Amino acid sequence: MTRDQAATLIAEHFAGAQVQAGAALAVTVPVEQWQSFARFVKDTLGCHFFSFSSAVDWKEQGLEVIARVDNLDDGLGVLMKTRLGPGVSECPSLVPVYRGANWMERECYDMFGIRFDGHPDLRRILLGDDWQGHPLLKSYAVDTPYPPYR
Amino acid sequence: MATPTLSRVELDYSGGERLTMNMGPQHPSAHGVFRAILTLEGETVVGVDAVIGYLHRCHEKLSETLTYAQYPSIASKTDYVAAMTSEFAYVMAAEEIGKIEVPKRAQYLRIVTAELQRVASHLLWLGTWCMDMGGALGGGATIFLYCIRERELILDLFESLVGARLLYGFYQVGGVRYDIPSGWAQSCRQTIDLIEQRIGEYEGLLEQNPFFMARAHGVGVISRELAEDVGIAGPLLRGSNVNFDLRRAAPYSSYEDFKFAVPVEAAGDCFARYRVRMAEFRESIRIVRQVLDGLPEGAISSRPGLKSVAQVRIPKGEAYSRVEGPRGEVGCYLVADGSAKPYRMKWRGASFSNLAVLPHIIPGHKVADVVAIMGSVDPVFGEVDR
Repeated sequence: MTRDQAATLIAEHFAGAQVQAGAALAVTVPVEQWQSFARFVKDTLGCHFFSFSSAVDWKEQGLEVIARVDNLDDGLGVLMKTRLGPGVSECPSLVPVYRGANWMERECYDMFGIRFDGHPDLRRILLGDDWQGHPLLKSYAVDTPYPPYR
Repeated sequence: MATPTLSRVELDYSGGERLTMNMGPQHPSAHGVFRAILTLEGETVVGVDAVIGYLHRCHEKLSETLTYAQYPSIASKTDYVAAMTSEFAYVMAAEEIGKIEVPKRAQYLRIVTAELQRVASHLLWLGTWCMDMGGALGGGATIFLYCIRERELILDLFESLVGARLLYGFYQVGGVRYDIPSGWAQSCRQTIDLIEQRIGEYEGLLEQNPFFMARAHGVGVISRELAEDVGIAGPLLRGSNVNFDLRRAAPYSSYEDFKFAVPVEAAGDCFARYRVRMAEFRESIRIVRQVLDGLPEGAISSRPGLKSVAQVRIPKGEAYSRVEGPRGEVGCYLVADGSAKPYRMKWRGASFSNLAVLPHIIPGHKVADVVAIMGSVDPVFGEVDR
């Protein structure tokens, strides 16, 4: 499956999806379709390989969750994106579709405070359990001392 | 003063009761700081909770405060056993957004260092893994010392090239920082000839050892389906019968100019992963020879002598660049906002994803096998925790 074939299939099945121009396939879908889109990418486009997922904080425009998956046989990679909207930090989890999303979403929760709905074990992974705040948010004050580290 | 009451607990030895055992965070077989909370039934592991993050240094937050010229030398501290690889991924992402050309000589020098780094990293893995398995080779430290001896030779090469032995800062956006000194290619050839010969000796030592074979065969099997679902990469993925190598599937930095094989094994156990890495030693050495034979003349950077912040700026955009590191796909997702520093940078550490497979494969094995499985995954905790 080539990039253009995949883009056509996505446009047929997901009317709300926006495919970015460029050599790599980057697709933005509404947050309600996040999980069903992931399942479509896995089953129909053959992207069985879960590369990573993370987020970007666009300040007043809110958070954007991203995930990258690959079809290793055809060399096709899909960068999936969704915008949560200003002030929103809830997102459906991809763990039911990809087991690799488990630790990635825990890291994302740790760093951005995004609560993944349907995640089996959502707790901090890199920072300590008693850590306050979510450091990769742009609003996180880097120079302010946080307990227990001062 | 009250005396503590001692009470005797009658244990049920039918094998039905469960015991929680802490492995780590300072267990030597982790080669770093990793804590596995094992639930045991007798000697058999029935549950694993992995605790990581002891080495977290907020690389992703830090990168937002450092310019594209400053961060590459910090990038080397993520995977400190293969420092060249992380620098490689970072500068490639910045070059992709900025559409910056890299001279051919610089591309070739990047390949030489990346492949030598792979040999050095695999040597450290082989030595430590075999030492973990203890009984193999009567005491176990024999092969460790041999491997460290060979790795030193490669670190000597890096030292004469960069001036540093472990953390380099060799890559920069647009090229590399140093050209090879006179006589370096000759000593590099001698080193890889020697290592290639000794790799054969190690294979003989290990594969004729029944203890090694018993501990590696059929242990820690990862199916292809699980491998892809969790996103493990590199020798683990190829050990699970997936023919995927970024150098072949998505060639970068002129890898398409060289002939090399992609070793694949079908079994998915510790021994398959060992076989893949042993074959990779030889392929890396083959690539290094080809690069030295065909090294073109010319500049080593398209942007030498940066003198102001304005020269460092990278236009608005985003890119995901990935390189095939010793532990698999090392990726850097970079979002640039037009300033001299990234707006957001995400590391896809190969070890992070590789380690995430442990809770899926360890249950059902004996405690002693946990050590063998963990070593065969070859995690580097600088890259897991970042």
